[in-house]
Amino acid sequence: MATRIRPLQRRPHARGPEPRTFAAAALAALVLGLLPLAAVAAPPFGAGSQDALRTGGPQAALILDLWRLLLAVCGVVFAAVMAAFGVALWRARRGTRDTPPELQGPLRGEPRSARLVAAATGASAVGLCGLIVASVLTDRALARLPLSNALHVELTAHQWWWQARYDDADPSRTFETANELHLPAGRPVLLTLHADDVIHSFWVPNLSGKKDLIPGRTATLALRADVPGRYRGQCAEFCGLQHAGMALEVVVEPDAAYAAWAERQRRPAEPPTDPQAQRGQRLFLAGTCAMCHAIQGTDAAARRAPDLTHLAGRARLAAGTVPNGRAQLAAWIADPAAFKPGTNMPGHRYAPEDLDALVAYLETLR
Amino acid sequence: MCSRCRERCHRPRPPRPALGLALALSLPLALAGCEREARRLELPPSAPLAAPSKAGVLYPGPYASAPVRVTAADPVVRGQRVEENAYAVSQGKRWFRWFNCSGCHAGGGGGDMGPPLSDDRWLYGHELPQVVASILQGRPNGMPAFAGRVSEEQAWQLAAYVRSLSGQLRSDVAGGRSDAMGSGEPEQRREREVPRPDAAPPTVR
Amino acid sequence: MSEPPADAVPAAEAARLHATWSDPPGLLGRLASIDHKVIGRRFIATAFGFFLAGGLLAALMRLQLARPQNGLVGPDLYAQLFTMHGTTMMFLFAVPVMQAFAVYLVPLMVGARSIAFPRMNAFAYWIYLMGGLMLYGAFLLNVGPDAGWFAYVPLAGPEYSPGKRVDFWAQLITFTELSGLLEAIVIITTVFKLRAPGMALHRVPLFVWAMLVTAFMVLFAMPAVMLASTGLILDRLVGTHFYNPGEGGDALLWQHLFWFFGHPEVYFIFIPGLGFMSALLATFSRRPVFGYSAMVLSLIATAFLSFGLWVHHMFATNLPELGKSFFTAASMMIAIPSAVQIFCWIATLATGRLWFRTPMLFALAFFFILVLGGMTGLMLASVPLDLQVHDTYFVVAHLHYVLIGGAVFPLFGALYYWYPKMTGRLMSERLGRWNFWLFFVGFNLTFFPMHQLGLEGMPRRVYTYPAGLGWDGLNLLATVGALVIAASVALLLFNAWRSARHGEPAGDNPWQAATLEWATASPPPRANFDRPPVVHGREPLWEAPREPRHVKGLATDAREVLVTTVLDAQPDHRAGYPDPSIWPFVSALATTVLFVGSIFTPWAAVWGLAPVAIALTAWFWPKPHETDAHLRMERAPR
Repeated sequence: MATRIRPLQRRPHARGPEPRTFAAAALAALVLGLLPLAAVAAPPFGAGSQDALRTGGPQAALILDLWRLLLAVCGVVFAAVMAAFGVALWRARRGTRDTPPELQGPLRGEPRSARLVAAATGASAVGLCGLIVASVLTDRALARLPLSNALHVELTAHQWWWQARYDDADPSRTFETANELHLPAGRPVLLTLHADDVIHSFWVPNLSGKKDLIPGRTATLALRADVPGRYRGQCAEFCGLQHAGMALEVVVEPDAAYAAWAERQRRPAEPPTDPQAQRGQRLFLAGTCAMCHAIQGTDAAARRAPDLTHLAGRARLAAGTVPNGRAQLAAWIADPAAFKPGTNMPGHRYAPEDLDALVAYLETLR
Repeated sequence: MCSRCRERCHRPRPPRPALGLALALSLPLALAGCEREARRLELPPSAPLAAPSKAGVLYPGPYASAPVRVTAADPVVRGQRVEENAYAVSQGKRWFRWFNCSGCHAGGGGGDMGPPLSDDRWLYGHELPQVVASILQGRPNGMPAFAGRVSEEQAWQLAAYVRSLSGQLRSDVAGGRSDAMGSGEPEQRREREVPRPDAAPPTVR
Repeated sequence: MSEPPADAVPAAEAARLHATWSDPPGLLGRLASIDHKVIGRRFIATAFGFFLAGGLLAALMRLQLARPQNGLVGPDLYAQLFTMHGTTMMFLFAVPVMQAFAVYLVPLMVGARSIAFPRMNAFAYWIYLMGGLMLYGAFLLNVGPDAGWFAYVPLAGPEYSPGKRVDFWAQLITFTELSGLLEAIVIITTVFKLRAPGMALHRVPLFVWAMLVTAFMVLFAMPAVMLASTGLILDRLVGTHFYNPGEGGDALLWQHLFWFFGHPEVYFIFIPGLGFMSALLATFSRRPVFGYSAMVLSLIATAFLSFGLWVHHMFATNLPELGKSFFTAASMMIAIPSAVQIFCWIATLATGRLWFRTPMLFALAFFFILVLGGMTGLMLASVPLDLQVHDTYFVVAHLHYVLIGGAVFPLFGALYYWYPKMTGRLMSERLGRWNFWLFFVGFNLTFFPMHQLGLEGMPRRVYTYPAGLGWDGLNLLATVGALVIAASVALLLFNAWRSARHGEPAGDNPWQAATLEWATASPPPRANFDRPPVVHGREPLWEAPREPRHVKGLATDAREVLVTTVLDAQPDHRAGYPDPSIWPFVSALATTVLFVGSIFTPWAAVWGLAPVAIALTAWFWPKPHETDAHLRMERAPR
């Protein structure tokens, strides 16, 4: 039964290069993997606008602090384990197939190894308790964001756009918008989160952690944006065909600028004066547009699609998918599925003058 | 292992008729599945219907006007067999909710101000093009004309969904229960209502 | 070192034994086989087939994501790709391949002639194969699932997932949970009742312990997903309201039920990997693993704790924060038993005589990759940090580091290690090293950048991403790495295929290992052992032989198996085992018809039961010649 087998390798079974090459390769892989971190140094336009490592508010900053702590602790632990592993590999004697197995040591008991393992386990347990404490403390701090004078925004997520209702103590001052939130810098914001159809998730990494929007449940999220700028958020729970196309733009601006924006949002749309825009408005109201979209100040009051009252003031269309501009708006209206396959907005083959009129009207909606 | 290999090599292969039979049987199932599950997300957009298209054959009855035809070859259908496409029917269900059809016809099509859609009485035709025509043209006693308000594709999807309310569609294509408060039996479990040719018009309210 | 037994078995006896335990010839014979080695090899090959399929799907995904706004794959196909990839890897590869190795190895390792419930074992394999074929058939017919491998409702519910796609997914769960549960029963019974005399529980190999613990976990966790998927099927097919908030249901109920299963499920994958590690490190350090009791207790502790973690998949929901903190603590604490295992292995390495062969390399890679994955796991365990990186590529990186590092690397090592036992030939060592290094480098190239991508804001399950957010370079790097992985896997396949014919003949014990499967020929004879061994210690082949060495007197003209007691493996009674039977295969076919039919109509549950009942009746109907043989074998007590 036990046949003689040729040696599997021609190399002698001395302390071979294996552990060294192994360590070298591991190092190489790690370096290769870490190299890209350096690439963050020179970001092109837009880079860093949807990034948990660039914080714009206290919630994100608390989490980033925790991340740094965990990275440091876990890094040290990882290095320690790798060091112990490396030392074990380096110093252990080499064997072959025919080396007699070591049975006496295990039978006698190995007190040194037992002590080392016990010590390492104990240290791990203590370290883990520390991490738990750090995590719970951060959680507590996140929950204690002061909310005095908070701005109340009710966000409802749809497939595949964001509906935002800015609440006010005076109901006549509430207004609705879509896909682009403006927030006053330095003022806490309390978001109430609903979902209209499936589970979505609100996530603006520069400002805060995420929160799921679950149909049948109301969630809340408190955040504060301190650093003015344009931040990009994205739905973070798979919600169907255009989950990838459900971005949210958050513009953080000083109080005065925000107040001016909010006042503009409260005003209904001005009736167009230009004949082409008037024609466009007639097309809007008499056609398919008004079946889903609302424009305050007109008869269009449907809420199945984004509120367009101030469409022309937004940076992007279609939940961040299309930049806003005359040509892009026309292209979007003519064939939404070309930009966002699966969207619920139907395409239209308008006559060119009709499309121009419609776009001209929409461009008056600042 | 070597001896087993050798044995296999020298034995003739047994015939496999079962495989062919299985393929033949599964092919129709397969083809049925193909159409049901297609998601045509990037169809070219249609022109808005500024004027209503020609209507279908209206049922003879005291209120019938001159009969006109629409055929399934109408450009609208475009090879998209809506009644066999589950995605299209589910979109139709979405429009039914979005455009407030349930405001008159009630959530499950049981009827309220508008006539029930889930029964066997079709005043203006039960076939798909006829339902499309009813949606686009409007009908007496309160059915609005949706031509120009909904796209052609939406109209066909709506019509397919409406037909599913009375069980006209295959149960694997028709929708399941709604994610909402009671809207009646899921469409896929509705008994097929055989359309009655002698439908009387509703009482004028 | 192993010694050939002094009392060699007479050739006539061995031949009679071989004939008794052989399968009938021909295609029907192959379908009727209930030999656990035959089933085990098929099972392993099938699981690797699904692994390849899942890998191809991943390659397509990576090709799509190589560039921003790429047009290779649209949203519908992409959703199907990532759903199929996840479903394949979790349900059709990772868990089954571990059970497959157990099916092959456990009876050999415990010194049994057969696995327990051999026909049920065969049935479980056929059900698994048919379920997987059903899923891939559905995928090729455009009715493959597209709501994610976790199928959250309401997206996967009747309103938002039209057609039959999610129904095929839900029914696949039924197939795989049935197969998994039956295999768990088979493994537990084999380990408890069929061990060689003298193999008390404290002498059971660590791999067998790992499989035993996993099997118990399967028993407790699978029912949760069974309930979840049944609720989903009923909601979609019949109109119940389990997950309909409008009628008193709850979307989160799905998540709780699914993850109560889903978290233990990753331990179904990880714990057998730990078992592989113990087996490989012992052999290639030329010593038993340090701290046997601690290792066993760690396995059990990990299994228990893993049931208390599931809410960490739900940290972003609106569950109470204090409750979530409990799961943070539990998710961190589970690191302790795993840490104990790692420290014990390092102690084993430090005090052993190390022998570097391909299986050992794969085992050593575990330390780097799994520990890194464990570190990111600790990060994810923290609620605040998870709220940033949940559902981003950070999680994708973490899960691949722990699953590939913790399970796939040891699995490949196990493949190289036990391939000679299964086929009688060694795999090429040279190709093995190329395979290993390509896989190691490719894996890190692919998945390490994903940590950064997640922190930089890239969510999961997106079919494309805009240019200009700074994600382009890292995505391209990950795609390149994926291609390197593909090359490595191709090498593995080539090595396995080529070595089947041209590999070096292995002999009984090419690695001079300690456990019982190496005490018999490679590949083992039909009855596993010409005479079942008697065990006197934990490393039977390393210890000096002691009398008695073998069990004598088991019948050679009928299938007789020695059943022993649970704790101390004292001989208990002799059981007559069934002959090969086509009925497990036929029952699996009938069950498949029942399951697939009930995707389309609830009435299938009624008329589909008839063929199943007939097949099961034929299966269990006592065969006269079998009954005669077993009666002949009975001995009256003296």
